[in-house]
Amino acid sequence: MAYQTTRPNMLAAPAVLWLLAFMVAPCLLVLSYAFFQRGTWGGIEYTFTLENFARVFDPLYARIFLNSARIALITTILAILIAYPAAYAISLAPRVRQPMLLFFAVLPFWSNYLIRTYAWIVLLNREGLLNGFLSYLGYQGEPLSLLYTEAAVITGLVYNYLPFVILAIYSTLSRLNPELMEASRDLGAGAFRTFWRVTLPLTLPGVAAGGVFVFVLSIGNFVTPALLGGGRFQMIGNLVYDQFLTANDWPFGAALGMVLIAIMVALLFLQARATSHASGERKGDEA
Amino acid sequence: MTAAAPSAKPILKIEEIVKNYGPITAVDRVSLDIREKEFFALLGPSGCGKTTLLRMLAGFEVPTAGRVLLEGRDISPLPPERRPLNLMFQSYALFTHMSVRKNLAYGLEMEKLSRAEIDRRVDEILATTDLVRFADRKPEQLSGGQKQRVALARALVKRPKVLLLDEPLGALDKKLREKMQLELKRMQHEAGITFIIVTHDQEEALVMADRMAILKDGRLLQCGTPEEIYEQPADPFVANFIGVMNFIEGTVSATGAFEAPGLQLAVSSNRSGPASLAVRPEHIAVASAEAGFGGVIEEIAYHGLDRVLHVRTSASQSAIQVRVSAETGARYRPGDRIGLGIDAAKARLFHSAA
Repeated sequence: MAYQTTRPNMLAAPAVLWLLAFMVAPCLLVLSYAFFQRGTWGGIEYTFTLENFARVFDPLYARIFLNSARIALITTILAILIAYPAAYAISLAPRVRQPMLLFFAVLPFWSNYLIRTYAWIVLLNREGLLNGFLSYLGYQGEPLSLLYTEAAVITGLVYNYLPFVILAIYSTLSRLNPELMEASRDLGAGAFRTFWRVTLPLTLPGVAAGGVFVFVLSIGNFVTPALLGGGRFQMIGNLVYDQFLTANDWPFGAALGMVLIAIMVALLFLQARATSHASGERKGDEA
Repeated sequence: MTAAAPSAKPILKIEEIVKNYGPITAVDRVSLDIREKEFFALLGPSGCGKTTLLRMLAGFEVPTAGRVLLEGRDISPLPPERRPLNLMFQSYALFTHMSVRKNLAYGLEMEKLSRAEIDRRVDEILATTDLVRFADRKPEQLSGGQKQRVALARALVKRPKVLLLDEPLGALDKKLREKMQLELKRMQHEAGITFIIVTHDQEEALVMADRMAILKDGRLLQCGTPEEIYEQPADPFVANFIGVMNFIEGTVSATGAFEAPGLQLAVSSNRSGPASLAVRPEHIAVASAEAGFGGVIEEIAYHGLDRVLHVRTSASQSAIQVRVSAETGARYRPGDRIGLGIDAAKARLFHSAA
C-alpha cells in the first residue's frame, strides 16, 4: 500500500470522540434550548421561539454584556502592561535561569482558582491585610472599602490570568533573533526606538495570543465577580448562572451562553489567523 | 581604481584592546592600524576572538581595557547608535516585518533626513546593489544571496566611515560565495569605504583582503598583506593556517645546515639547535630517484590544474605534499619512488623555543 500522510489519522479518534460526547453534544443541546420557551415551573416547553435571542439585546442585558466586555478589556490591557516587562526581563536573563524564572511566574497557577480568589478577600476586606498595613503606617480614617468593587474584580482577573500572558509574550520574545535589536541600534536607533519599531512589532503575535486568551476567559468569568464583586456586580457569567440556577429560565440562559460563545469563537478565530500569518513569516526567515 | 586605492593613512586605530569574560580573555592586547579605504580581514579559527573584536568596534561589547580611535577620535565610550560605522550581521538580521525598501530606509530615518532625501538614497542603493525588482518584497520572499545583498545595502546606504562585516558569506553555497567575494570587492572600490571583514576562511581572506590580521586565542599573531603572510609567515601556526604547509622537524647544525633523517639542506641561519622547516608544496620539485632526498608516493590527488603528490619520506611523520602540474603528475603512480628537491630560499625555518 502506498505511504500516505494526508489520510485522517485514527490516533486522534479517542480525543475526537471525547470532545464529541462531552463538548460538542452538550453545546448543541444548550443551543437547542435557546430556541424553546421556558416552562412555567422551570424546565423547557418545546415550542419554537426566537424571543430568547431578542431578549439578549434588550438594553438591560446588553448593558451587562458591554460592562463585561469593558471589564475584560481593562483586565486585558493591564495584564499585557504588567506581563510584557516581566516576559522581557525573563528573556534577558541568562538562558540557564530562564526556566526557573518562568516556573516562578506560573507558580500561582498550580494552586486552586477558588483558593487564590479567596486569598484576595483576605487581603482586601475592611479588616484585611491591606487595611491593616495602612493603619500600621499611621492611616487613621475609615478602613477602605476595597472589596466588592469593580477594581477588586479586575485585580482578581489580572492576577489569575497573568501567567498566560507572560508565557505567551515570553515565547515570542525568546524566539526573536537578538541580532535584530542590535541591527536596529547599529543603524542609529536608540533603545526606545528599537523597542517601538522592531521588538514590539515582531512580538505582537504573542501579545495578541495572550491578550485574546485573557479577554475570552475574563468576559465569561463568573467566579471572580461573584466572590470579589460581591453579587452587586453582574457580568454575563453571573447572569447565565442566575438564569440556570436561580431564575430557572434555561432557554434564556442558553441564549446568553450561546451569544457569549459566539463572541469568544470569533475572537479566537481572528487571533489564530493573525498568528498563522506571523509564524509563516518566521518559517520563511529560517529557510 | 586609483581613487579608491587604500592610502597609508590610518582611519581606525585599535590600541591595546582587551576583553575579559570573567577569567577568560577573549581578546588580549590587540593593536591594529586600519588604513583608509582598505579591505581588511580579521582571520582566525573559531574562538580566536575575531568576532569579539569586531563587536567591540561596533559598540556591542565594552572593552575591558584599550581604546578605539576613529579618525583620531576616541569612540570607545559611544553606544552603537552613535558610531559612524555599520555592521553587517552574519544572520543578516533583516527586519522581517518590513519590505526591502523599508529595511533600507530605516537607518536613514534615524538620521532625521527628509523623506525626499531618504527616497533618493534608497533608490540609488537599490540600483547599485541590483535590488530594484525586490524593493517591495518582504525578506522571507528573498533567496539567501538576495538577503545578503539587502543586508549589505542596508549598511552601505548609511555611508559609514567603516563597514564591519561578520562572516558575510558564511551562509552562502560555494559557487555563490565565490561570486560574492568579487562583488564585495567591487562594491568596496565603488563606495570607497573601509571594509573590515571577519572570516574563518583563509582562502576568502587571501582573495579579498588588501591586508589581513591572523588571530589565535585572542592574540594577534601577524598582520600584513596576503603575500607577506603567505610567503613569510611569522610563526608555525600562521604558516599552517594559511594555505598548505609541510613541516619537517630537524636540527640546524653549527655549519648552517638543516638536518632531518635522510635530509640535509643548506640554510641561512645564525642559530643552531632544534627547528622545523616549513615549505609549501609548490616549492618542492620532483627530482630523479637517485637524488639524495626522496620517498615513495602514497597518493596522488587531482585538482584540475595541478596534482598533489603525497610522498612518504624518512624525514617527517606525515607525508610531504608536492604540487606538480597535472601533466607532470600524470607520469607517476602510487608506489613510485621519487627524489625531492626543496627550494631552500622559499622555505621558512622556525626555531623551537629554548
